[in-house]
Amino acid sequence: MTALLLEGLARHFGEREALGDVSLSLGEGQTLVVFGPNGAGKSTLLRVLATLLRPHAGQVRVLGSELPQEAWAVRGRIGLLGHEPLLYRQLSARENLRFHARLHGVGETRVEELLAAVAMTDRSSEAVRTLSRGMLQRVAVARAVLHDPELLLLDEPYANLDPAAVELVRPLIGATSGHTRVICSHDPSGGLAEADVVLGLRAGRVALVAAAHDVQPDAIAELYR
Amino acid sequence: MQSSSRHPAGSPHTKPRRGGDFGSYGRGLPALSIATVVVITVTLALVFFYAPLEAEQGFLQKIFYVHVPLAIIALCGFVLGGVFGAVHLRTRDSRWDMRSYVAIHMSLIFAVAALITGSIWAKGSWGHWWVWSEPTLVSFLIVFLLYATYQPLRFAIEDPERQARYASVFAITAGAFVPMNFIAVRLSTAYLHPRVLGSTSNLPPRMAFTFLMSLFGMALLFATLCKYELTAKHARAQLRALRRQADARAGAHSSAGWAGGAQRRRPRSAAPTQLPATRMSARAAGRPGS
Amino acid sequence: MSAGTDVPVSAGTEARSRGERRAPPSSSVRPDPPGLAATVAALLRKELLVELRTLESVPGMSLFAVTTFVVFHFALNRNSVEGDLASGILWVTLLFAAILGVNRLFVADAEEGGFDGFLLAPVDRSAMFVSKALALLAYLVVLELVAVPAFSLLLLGPSLGQALPGLLAVLALGDIGVAVIGTLVAALAVRTRARDLLGALLALPLLVPVVIGGARATAPLFSLTHATGPAVRWLLTLGLYDLVFGLIAFALFDFLLED
Repeated sequence: MTALLLEGLARHFGEREALGDVSLSLGEGQTLVVFGPNGAGKSTLLRVLATLLRPHAGQVRVLGSELPQEAWAVRGRIGLLGHEPLLYRQLSARENLRFHARLHGVGETRVEELLAAVAMTDRSSEAVRTLSRGMLQRVAVARAVLHDPELLLLDEPYANLDPAAVELVRPLIGATSGHTRVICSHDPSGGLAEADVVLGLRAGRVALVAAAHDVQPDAIAELYR
Repeated sequence: MQSSSRHPAGSPHTKPRRGGDFGSYGRGLPALSIATVVVITVTLALVFFYAPLEAEQGFLQKIFYVHVPLAIIALCGFVLGGVFGAVHLRTRDSRWDMRSYVAIHMSLIFAVAALITGSIWAKGSWGHWWVWSEPTLVSFLIVFLLYATYQPLRFAIEDPERQARYASVFAITAGAFVPMNFIAVRLSTAYLHPRVLGSTSNLPPRMAFTFLMSLFGMALLFATLCKYELTAKHARAQLRALRRQADARAGAHSSAGWAGGAQRRRPRSAAPTQLPATRMSARAAGRPGS
Repeated sequence: MSAGTDVPVSAGTEARSRGERRAPPSSSVRPDPPGLAATVAALLRKELLVELRTLESVPGMSLFAVTTFVVFHFALNRNSVEGDLASGILWVTLLFAAILGVNRLFVADAEEGGFDGFLLAPVDRSAMFVSKALALLAYLVVLELVAVPAFSLLLLGPSLGQALPGLLAVLALGDIGVAVIGTLVAALAVRTRARDLLGALLALPLLVPVVIGGARATAPLFSLTHATGPAVRWLLTLGLYDLVFGLIAFALFDFLLED
């Protein structure tokens, strides 16, 4: 089953083209890793897939549903971990997660489960603004997988995490989690190791798209030149 | 319900719009302008020579033939702006946003003219430059204050798509507000003071005819001016698209590079400046040389 | 030709041998997306929780109202007011205090990524409009619980007594109008530059009919002759306004959220 199917996806902001003619496909359970310099359109791509941005041209099919018309069918099955943790600073981790749980129709036991999984149960009653960046990221991971989404969209997920924390979140968002994943990464070797399909973006355009085992690390470094 | 434009996979570029698109805006403009000039000239003649002199207010009353049609057309224009805004939200075609913008813009000008002529009339017949007891004037002031925020609102939003969308939401809300406001103001003044500037019902036939001609002339004037502005904007947008294509082509022929490198910085604007077709043709020209 | 050709799906099955890839775990989580009412409840709960924690809207609005009454005392050089004047002072003060609340309404969401979190949820987006309007309504009610007694104490000549039920009815209808327009305007202004200024400039003309209806209806209640109740005409005007703009704002709100 194809999890993602993009044909000629284009998205612009005013006259600036953020994404142009992006085409690829990704099977269920696979991992797509997106490389590219800053401003290449990685985050934009992620946001389009998350249904937060409408595609301006081309075809986008996520988990079998056509965007933007059928975006409503897909929303509950996608988890996004972007640059922002999407947490209210004045509320505690538990209150934030419970809020998201209610929006997705997920029970409170799941919230406790995840708080334990990211080892945040101790600090779960304190306002989120008191947490360090690493802890924020852990809670954000919990938020992203709260509703057990089929598709995970991760923008540099291991940034701000120390090695211990990375091990904590791996079962949730890593290769063994079983989800289909799209990861934006700046780490050529690490990213390549996790990928089934590699996408290289430059100035919104596809510079490289191939199965991971066909890609050399040099090719990825080329993108940044 | 939403329509996103589609490209069949592998098609190199869309068919560029025929030059007739410019024509679709400019078409009929000369005829419309002539019609407007004719009707307004005839109306002026009627106002000065045909319509009878009113007993109480004398010659000054003739401002009524200018003030009231201005007011009516401005109101219709605002509501029309709201309608176009609704169509824009429905179809996501930025041309409707342009129409909405022009309608509101022009109506604002007509509204200011209505306020000025109303004020002159009030001074002439009541001795004050402003009278609170004239509901039309008061409603217009409020409506003017509201629509005066339209352009600042647009200018405060940088992303053009979002600007158009927010402007349409505003246009619809404000368009619904106009009649609501009139009702409320009418209610608040009706039973307290008699209408200062006279009612428009029960007009003797010669006055009524002149009034209707004037109304027709104003409507034509509004339509003509809007059409001029739309045509000018459209031409400018096409020029910009062509320039961008030329730049992109020049950029692609230079060393293997970033398609984005040749994009020109455009200053922010409060008015809609883009057309849907232009982006597609730019895309065709801006391919990386790989 | 396009550089983005399709990658055959079979490439994935080869890659599967690279690492242990278990089958997706059978989900113990069965998400059941909430309906409109439940979504509104969840959002409203969050709104009120954040407001209780930060106390950034209601105390400021209430304090502003009381201070404004004092300013009016000095500006008008009056110890007590009645009728039209009293009605006007109360409504203008409430209006400006409401604008303060309107300006803060979406700020937390805009700055802390609350929009994205909500937009990702499989819920009806109009729920945000309803919840925000209800929250603003709640803030206005608390504001009036402070402002009306303060007004009665500081400036109002005639005693409220019998006029109170009528006043409450007018305030209720007026509050709904302010909440509806305030929410719409706040959403329009929050993601622009100069958001506070734009919010006030947009809201004030739109709220003129509310001021007209509210002030006119309240004036006889504050008169020395102790009118029995507000004129029905004004209640109907306010009601019509609330209905029309409530529906419009509800229908248009989606377009302000999406991108």
